[in-house]
Order: sequence, then C-alpha cells, then structure tokens
Amino acid sequence: MADDRKKTPEELFAEAVRDPRDLTRYLHYLKQTKSEGMSVLVAPLDAAINWSRANALWPLTFGLACCAIEMMAVGAAKYDLDRFGAGAFRPTPRQADLMIVAGTVTHKMAPRVKRLFDQMPEPKYVMAMGACTIGGGPYSVHGYHVVKGIDRFLPVDVYVPGCPPRPEALIDALLWLQQKIAQERPLIKRYSKETA
Amino acid sequence: MDIQSIHALLRERFDRLVGELRTPERGDAFIVVAAEGLADVCRFLRDHDATRFDFLRLISTVDRGAQLSSVYHLYSYQHSHSLVLRVDVDRETPRVPSVSSVWASAEWHEREAFDMMGIVYENHPELTRILLPDDWEGYPLRKDYQAPTEYHGLTNA
Repeated sequence: MADDRKKTPEELFAEAVRDPRDLTRYLHYLKQTKSEGMSVLVAPLDAAINWSRANALWPLTFGLACCAIEMMAVGAAKYDLDRFGAGAFRPTPRQADLMIVAGTVTHKMAPRVKRLFDQMPEPKYVMAMGACTIGGGPYSVHGYHVVKGIDRFLPVDVYVPGCPPRPEALIDALLWLQQKIAQERPLIKRYSKETA
Repeated sequence: MDIQSIHALLRERFDRLVGELRTPERGDAFIVVAAEGLADVCRFLRDHDATRFDFLRLISTVDRGAQLSSVYHLYSYQHSHSLVLRVDVDRETPRVPSVSSVWASAEWHEREAFDMMGIVYENHPELTRILLPDDWEGYPLRKDYQAPTEYHGLTNA
C-alpha cells in the first residue's frame, strides 16, 4: 500500500542509508530533499560521512585465542573481508577504528585491551567475537582468570555468538555494524548540541 | 635401564634420602625422594654414565591434601629411557630445593608450579609468578582454592 503521507527528513534519511553500500539511494535522497526544499546541507553530509565510515572500517590487528584463527580466515582470500572495506588490518591502534576482540580476555589481559581501545581515535567500534568475550564462554563458571564478558570494561557495538563463530557470522556482524553506523547523525548531533 | 635398577643404584648412593619405589595400577612407576636430597639426586642422575638423564620433560604438581607433591619427569636421549621422581612436602611449608642448576629448563617449570600450586623452590634465581599477574592472590590449582570475586574493579561472578 502506498504511503501518501509526506515523509519527514528523518524517514527519508533512514530510507536512504538503509544499505550503506548503495550510493544511488543516497543520491536519490539528495535530489528529493532538494526538490522538496528541505534541509539540504547537514543531513546529506551525515549520510556521506556515514557512508565513508561504514565502508572503510580498519580493524586493529590482534587476536587473543582460537577466535583469532577464524578472524584471520575472514581476512584471507576465501572470505575476504576487504570486499566490505574492512580488510585493512592496522598494526597500530592510532590508525584503527574497529576493535575485533577475538578470543578469551583474561584479567591479566583486560588492562592491555582497554589501553589499546583508549589509544584508538574516535569514532571507534568494538566487536565482541565469540562466547568468551560475550560472557566468559566455557570459562563462565570455573574460569577464575577470565573476564566474564568484555562489556564489563568496553562499550561493545556488536556481539558475535559462536565458539568460535563461523566466518560468515563475523561478516554478518560487520554488516550489522555498517547498518548501525549508517543510522548515526554525526553532524546533526554536533549541531544540535551547540545550539541547545 | 629399568626403574628397579635405577632405584637400587640411588639407594646404594643416597641411602635414606631415596624413598620407596611405587608402581601404581595406572600411570608411571615413580621413586619418592626426600626434599633435602633432591638436588643431589638429580645431579647424580644427570651425570652418571648409566643414567644420563639429560632432559627434564616437565615438572608437575599434585595436591594430596595434607601434602603437596612436586613430580619430575626425566628423559635420557642417550639411553632412551625415562624416569619419574616425586617429592612430597608439607602443605603448610611447601619448600623444595630448585633443580634449575641441574637443568636450566627447570627455571620456568618451577615458576609455573609456584604460580599454580604455591610450592616454593629454594635457590631458584627468580621465583615469581609466570602466568598470573604478580599481585594475584592464592594458588589456583590447589583443591581448596577460592576464585576471587573481584579483580582490579572487574567482578568475577
């Protein structure tokens, strides 16, 4: 059923960024907002920023346990994370904006992981890969040395269940994260903060 | 060389410092050695022509209630034979002489045994925790170990 109601800029925006890889939607949105005489500057810029952010997520190169093996498989030729723009694994946190915590985080390791996260520039995103990072996994009851979920010290954006998750699951998580980034309104947020 | 002959050899050389030879139903036969004689026995086993235990495979530990045990798994590349020694110490004062002067690889094995079971190896060059953080409390592989409820602000339940 066709919706005759005039769509708000927010609705149009959400529609335009539904698939962050699809620039045609965004261009359509730009055209539409222009012809309707709506806000044409900030919202499209937001979409452009999100589009570039979502499609160039550079993960930080580190792995803590067996999940890292799956992560490496995702980065390698067969699953090829580079198809989604996230294949540039960076050796330094200063150049990374995605932290894939792949593996068991022990109490000894937690401060190191936290420090790496703190060293990453904003905007930054965290993926909790595998059962260990979500809630301790097989160590949740008797693992005296394991942090029972990294969300106790990191802001997690996407959880990837599995022990370890299959490569497809990690790719799915990346797509979810891209959608999440597409919903952000970086400039509007900043603008409204300043005028509030 | 079989374990009976090794046991007889050690008995002859060290007398009371070497305890009985035990052959459990399952697992390897082992010789019980008194803690105060361990370093000398090990050096002898390494240097004697008939034994030549030039390789320390590992040091394992057992929590046996009132006693803790430090178990030494030896191997000789020259003779292709192996041997297990066990040292039993009191739980309250678990002190065992270090064999790191006999086999350098014992250094890390002993640090791990200290880390996990709390056995103190005397004359060890640097007996600190090897796996857990230095400020960790308790020895996780002891049967009465209670996991911490909190560590550096992170809850553990």
